[in-house]
Amino acid sequence: MDLYIGLKVLWWVLLGVLLMGLAIMVGMDMGVGTLLRFVGKNDGERRQALNVVGPHWDGNQVWFILGGGAIFAAWPTLYATSFSVFYIVMILLLFSMILRPVAFEYRSKVAASKWRDSWDWVFLVSGFLPMFVYGAAIGNILEGVGFHFGWDGQYYQTESFIWYLLNPFAILSGLLAVSMSIYQGGAMLMLRGTDPISSRARNYASTAGLVAIVLFVIGGFMIAGMHGYRLISGDPGMPANAVSGQVVHLASGAWLDNYAAQPILWLVPLIAIAGMLLGAMMLRANKPIIGWWLGAIAWIGILGTVAASMFPFLMPSSDNLNQSLTIWNASGSRYNLIWMTIFTAIFVPTILSYTTWCFRVMRGKVIKPDPADDHAY
Amino acid sequence: MDMLINPTVVELSRLQFALTALYHFLFVPLTLGLTFILATMESVYVITGKPIYKEMTQFWGKLFAINFALGVATGLTMEFEFGTNWSMYSHFVGDIFGTPLAIEGLMAFFMESTFVGIMFFGWDRISAKAHLVVTYLVALGSNLSALWILIANGFMQDPRGGTFDPNTMRLEFSSFVQLIFNEDAQAKFVHTSIAGFVTGSMFVMGISAFYLLTNKRKDIALRSFRIAAVFGVISTIGVVTLGDALGFIDAKAQPMKVAAMEAIWNTDYNTASASWNLIAFPDKAAGKNLFEIGIPYVLTPLLTHSEDTVIPGIHQLVDEAKPKVVNGIKAMVALKEYNHDHSNLQALATFKQYQADMGYGFLAMQYAPDQDLKKVDASNMTSVVDKTAQETVPNVWVEFWAFRIMVAFGFIMLAIFAFAAYFSLKNDIEKHPLLLKVAMWSIPLPWFACEFGWITAENGRQPWTVYHMLPTFVSASSHSVSYMIFSLIGFVLLYSSFIAAEMYLMFKYARLGPQVSHHGHDKAPAGGGMAAQPAFAKPSLNKQ
Repeated sequence: MDLYIGLKVLWWVLLGVLLMGLAIMVGMDMGVGTLLRFVGKNDGERRQALNVVGPHWDGNQVWFILGGGAIFAAWPTLYATSFSVFYIVMILLLFSMILRPVAFEYRSKVAASKWRDSWDWVFLVSGFLPMFVYGAAIGNILEGVGFHFGWDGQYYQTESFIWYLLNPFAILSGLLAVSMSIYQGGAMLMLRGTDPISSRARNYASTAGLVAIVLFVIGGFMIAGMHGYRLISGDPGMPANAVSGQVVHLASGAWLDNYAAQPILWLVPLIAIAGMLLGAMMLRANKPIIGWWLGAIAWIGILGTVAASMFPFLMPSSDNLNQSLTIWNASGSRYNLIWMTIFTAIFVPTILSYTTWCFRVMRGKVIKPDPADDHAY
Repeated sequence: MDMLINPTVVELSRLQFALTALYHFLFVPLTLGLTFILATMESVYVITGKPIYKEMTQFWGKLFAINFALGVATGLTMEFEFGTNWSMYSHFVGDIFGTPLAIEGLMAFFMESTFVGIMFFGWDRISAKAHLVVTYLVALGSNLSALWILIANGFMQDPRGGTFDPNTMRLEFSSFVQLIFNEDAQAKFVHTSIAGFVTGSMFVMGISAFYLLTNKRKDIALRSFRIAAVFGVISTIGVVTLGDALGFIDAKAQPMKVAAMEAIWNTDYNTASASWNLIAFPDKAAGKNLFEIGIPYVLTPLLTHSEDTVIPGIHQLVDEAKPKVVNGIKAMVALKEYNHDHSNLQALATFKQYQADMGYGFLAMQYAPDQDLKKVDASNMTSVVDKTAQETVPNVWVEFWAFRIMVAFGFIMLAIFAFAAYFSLKNDIEKHPLLLKVAMWSIPLPWFACEFGWITAENGRQPWTVYHMLPTFVSASSHSVSYMIFSLIGFVLLYSSFIAAEMYLMFKYARLGPQVSHHGHDKAPAGGGMAAQPAFAKPSLNKQ
């Protein structure tokens, strides 16, 4: 196989890994934010809940920043197009993402209950909204997005942002992401929190896991029924140019093509369902560590299902089918992908090892901070 | 062509980017500098074992945390704004510009953000030496982060390492070595990092001066003051030296920027006696300075480090741009033909012939009828070329004064640091309350210098996003005005409330001083409220 094609596929896999890392790690922090007002009934409990993710939210958030940078470098056309097409949605995501670090640092620095209560609302919004937008964006991409390119590569947009937020499949996908983040955050609260936070978290998280199964299955049937995209011709080794070079058709049920061709792929959605189901059971049985990992596996299965359905599409265009972004026409150049691969091979293992070390250092149960302690969150 | 580029949207996108970048840059320099000051204080603690240095590290660390949160938060905006607002730019340079940003995440930002958690919360969980290593990793991470960001910025200033490919319609990454060893990037990285050290020094010195004036925790204040003053002298000298180097590099790579910085309208061929404008009121429309005070014999050696290098004036540079515009229009017309029909090798050959000036063709688009370069013919060629060549001049007034304010503040700070270090090392700084007051009131100076430095660098880059390759005018996303107004209002509201909260907390904790945080720390050590030993009783792994 041509090296360039191999690199494109490799970076498609890495894009998936990034989106999964983001969903699992950032999703967990967001889930804690969403649950904050519900698992913590007073200020002490809420501070305890925040400090569960306190030492790690910042590192986790880097998944998000790294995601931005990696998509920019490895998938420049995807970065340029998707971020602009979903402008209002992305701006809302951005606003809630930048509110969160500030909320962490500032919430407990002033004792007034009005100040703290306001920040707790910020945690709720900045936990719920980004996960909803994350899911909704993926849902929209499955449905096809209204954009096309001019000759010079400038994109043009043909749908309003209201549609992107408020169409049934996008809402369903958004709620699925929110449920999974509540599951993951709840599992972490059980793992490092103490009662009553931990038992409250157990109820919310296990319920969220079951809700996620229902949403995922309904979503699966909707995908089977919707118009999917089919790449009729397009050379995988082509220079990355989305303006021309591909022929794409629209067909009902086309998102199941890959499953028909490779039936073993049906394992992927099954893993997702099994992860959520077993995970919810484990949380019920007070086994948060296994529950947390099963949730992570479920996330991998959910996003893997999307990837298996869409391959080789990244962001299909409903406006000009042939200009749909695929793995073949939206990537970085061969030279660039080689360098990106080298850096990734060196630094991702490094990152994983020091992140593991940091979690080990900070392991153990978190108790309520002393009210006078303004160093903790 | 689908629709015309709306100049209002471009201007609003520029406004938004400038506001968010300037705002982000309020937090970055302090992070860059304070990390190393913290690491220095903590090193003294580990070497001497004196608890007061640990207390100092923790106190300044708390102020660092307040600042760090906003730096991270507003940095997110920057990482996403290229995609949300500069889609044509992102498409055009993503293959080479995105890479340093991605590497920054992988190599630097991850390290900084992961270890910062241990730095704040890990005091009682790891040994003192391990904690010191963590603090150094945070310092290293934040400065490496600056390195990669400025490598990306260096590419915009002086594009090296990328080659335009007519088949993909973008600049493709072609040389990693050229990208990272770009002179502009290297000099700017050192200049910017050290500017951060200056900022950190002024911050610590000014607040310590306040404690000395109000008799708060003199033990901590005197020590902090001395470390900051010495750090400040060295850094300010470094910042000035590297700033001079940067000017020297720009004089070669970006002559228009330098001409605007110095408000030189006409080339003075008597290089030895050419005069340097100390003060000028440049008027771009009139093409001259309405008023100027020049110092002869200074300009050429100052900028070029020689006596006989000619420094071209703005008018001459505009004239030189005209033939490039003519070629650029030919290049772009041919490129469009080739893109409609990839078998048109004639068009490809024509494009290749004029490829070097294609950026000037892009720049001419805004003056072509219907923004279509094919409609530029004999009847309107001269007017399009003249307007486009004029367009290559940045806002001279802003460039001239932003540069001067930055330099002036740099030298004022150098003087303050020098006096402060002298008296502080002589151990009688307390006998100079006036100097202490000056130090305190000078806290905002480095921020002004940093912001005006950014304006000098990026205003001077206009009208290009990528120098000589891609104009700002064609770089923006094709949003509607209402989208832009929505996001702008959102940013202004959010960012204003952030700065209000940040200033409130900074003042609160700075006024409280180290005493309170010391007290609070002993009672309930850091670590997310984890039960642990008193702060420095036994720096060992947590046992629960």
